[in-house]
Amino acid sequence: MARKSPTWLTVLSLGFLILWLALASVPFLWTLWGSFKVEADFFSRQDWRNALFGIRTLAETGATSTGAGYEGAWVKEEFWRATINTGIMTLSVVAISLTLGTLGGYALSRSGFRYAFWILIVALVFRAMPHITLVSGYLLPFFQLNLWGHLTTTIIVMVAINQPFTLWMLHSFFLNIPKDLDESAMVDGCTRFQAFRYVIIPVMWPGVITTGLFSFLLAYNDFALTGLLLTEENRTMVPKIASFLGNAQEQGNVMYAVAAVVSATAPLFVLVMFFQRQIVSGLTAGAVKG
Amino acid sequence: MPHRTFISFIWPSALAMMLFIALPIVSVAVQSLFIAHEQVIETVENCGPFGCKTVEAVNAEATAQLRADEPLGRFNGAGTYINRNHLAFEEIGLAWAEASSPGDFAGRVLNLPFYKALAFTLTYTFVVTPLVIILGFVIALAVNRIPGMFKGPTIFVSLLPMIVTPLIGSLVLFWMIDSKGIIGATLQILLEDPNLSLKASTALTWLTLIVYGVWHSAPFAFVVFYAGLQTVPQDTLESAMIDGASRWQRVRHVVIPHLMPLAVFVTLIQLMDNFRVFEPIVGFNAQANATSLSWIIYNDLRGSDGAMLFGSAAATSMLTIIGVCILLAPVVLRTWRANRHAA
Repeated sequence: MARKSPTWLTVLSLGFLILWLALASVPFLWTLWGSFKVEADFFSRQDWRNALFGIRTLAETGATSTGAGYEGAWVKEEFWRATINTGIMTLSVVAISLTLGTLGGYALSRSGFRYAFWILIVALVFRAMPHITLVSGYLLPFFQLNLWGHLTTTIIVMVAINQPFTLWMLHSFFLNIPKDLDESAMVDGCTRFQAFRYVIIPVMWPGVITTGLFSFLLAYNDFALTGLLLTEENRTMVPKIASFLGNAQEQGNVMYAVAAVVSATAPLFVLVMFFQRQIVSGLTAGAVKG
Repeated sequence: MPHRTFISFIWPSALAMMLFIALPIVSVAVQSLFIAHEQVIETVENCGPFGCKTVEAVNAEATAQLRADEPLGRFNGAGTYINRNHLAFEEIGLAWAEASSPGDFAGRVLNLPFYKALAFTLTYTFVVTPLVIILGFVIALAVNRIPGMFKGPTIFVSLLPMIVTPLIGSLVLFWMIDSKGIIGATLQILLEDPNLSLKASTALTWLTLIVYGVWHSAPFAFVVFYAGLQTVPQDTLESAMIDGASRWQRVRHVVIPHLMPLAVFVTLIQLMDNFRVFEPIVGFNAQANATSLSWIIYNDLRGSDGAMLFGSAAATSMLTIIGVCILLAPVVLRTWRANRHAA
């Protein structure tokens, strides 16, 4: 801007921004630091600085930091199993969601008929449905059909629940790919499928990657479905952490939960670090085009 | 695109949605009309030295058999909807008749599980949504002013509260705010009140959950508004400046109108997401003072009160779905009108 802003405004704005950044980051840094302490330090009633310097940790373990929480969570409570389950689930959900979603989203963006619009509106209403209301519809039939508890069932359900969002997102990405591109291929004698295969697929990757990131987050972060649809040994990370809370507090092993929380957050940090641009563009894509 | 090609592209996706979204809604509707079979009571004659007595006893075997044969239970009509745990017509009528003042009446109604959850869900939705929009907008304005090299890292840090799993995010905050955590314990020492705790009062619990909600969702509004700020027409801003508009007037009359469509989008998404508030209640262990519609469904399905209450969960789910439809009705109506005019 041409005119310089007054000093007080710059100071105010910077101060506010620093405050926000502190609010957004300190809780995570604090938990990361505290996960290497013992419970008496992380939840210190006397003095919060105990957690910084690890006073009790030194007294209890002989060093100012300890990996006991991680050892307890990963080895004793078998958090590695939950990690593998999460890996299988998220990767399958992303792959299947994107396959179904690209086909559907492409069709919706190229159909000139009214019903395409209505499918999108219905998808919007489905998108608004709290997931847990659907779970109450699944449970009884799943028990009867012996489908309950399997990772596969949860994957399929989650793909379906992801579809409305995936369709909307990919539909708006495909609208941005000029129609002339595939239509000229069809003039040259391609069928619709060939046009999709040879013309659209090579140029759709930015949109697909962005949508895939959000499908990943949806599957990774879910608790409503995974918490109710999986047996104990098939649990993914988030319900596993929730189960720590139930019995950890009694055993005095709340540090297991802290360590597990840090472990489950780490992949998300890496994800944001590498895909920040795609996440930002994905968040805004729906807004600008919808 | 001809209908046939359209169908061949969309059927996998449509089938998935039919089977696992539309059909479950039907299943929920059916389940909500049934409740579990009552225990089978038999009249048994007990004969002792002092003569025979007829006693009513539960036949556990027959009960289990009956419940296994008909898992859906017996038909109950709208009974589940109007019982004490849902719409509670009877209790409300009673409260209306007995209440001494409107405040007393409201207090009695808000003690009923469904209304208690509804009150929190609606308060959460309609307090968090506007706060998220305001905070997100202010952050976007502030980030827009800093030099380019700082923008990337700033956006990275700002995204964290939103990207992190809701249950994990709420646990991280809970461990700090709880009476044993850094903030809670320090506050107790500073205020010299050893009993101060977020669980101590309903107001504090609600406040904490709302703070969490704003913290979690503000990044979303921020990112959308920040992207919108990049496309504010510069010549309009400049001509406003030439016309002598102050800084505030430029924001008020140029920037905000430009961002209005984005604000509508953020509001829509936020209403949908906040209405399903669930994980923070588990994370903050707040169910004593704050429950949401999603949480009471979870509680029924988890079987924490003994058996899994499918009928009860289904009835609450139906009421929640109706709530979602009411919430979305203005949006759908508006799109429908716009579409009719366009066609």
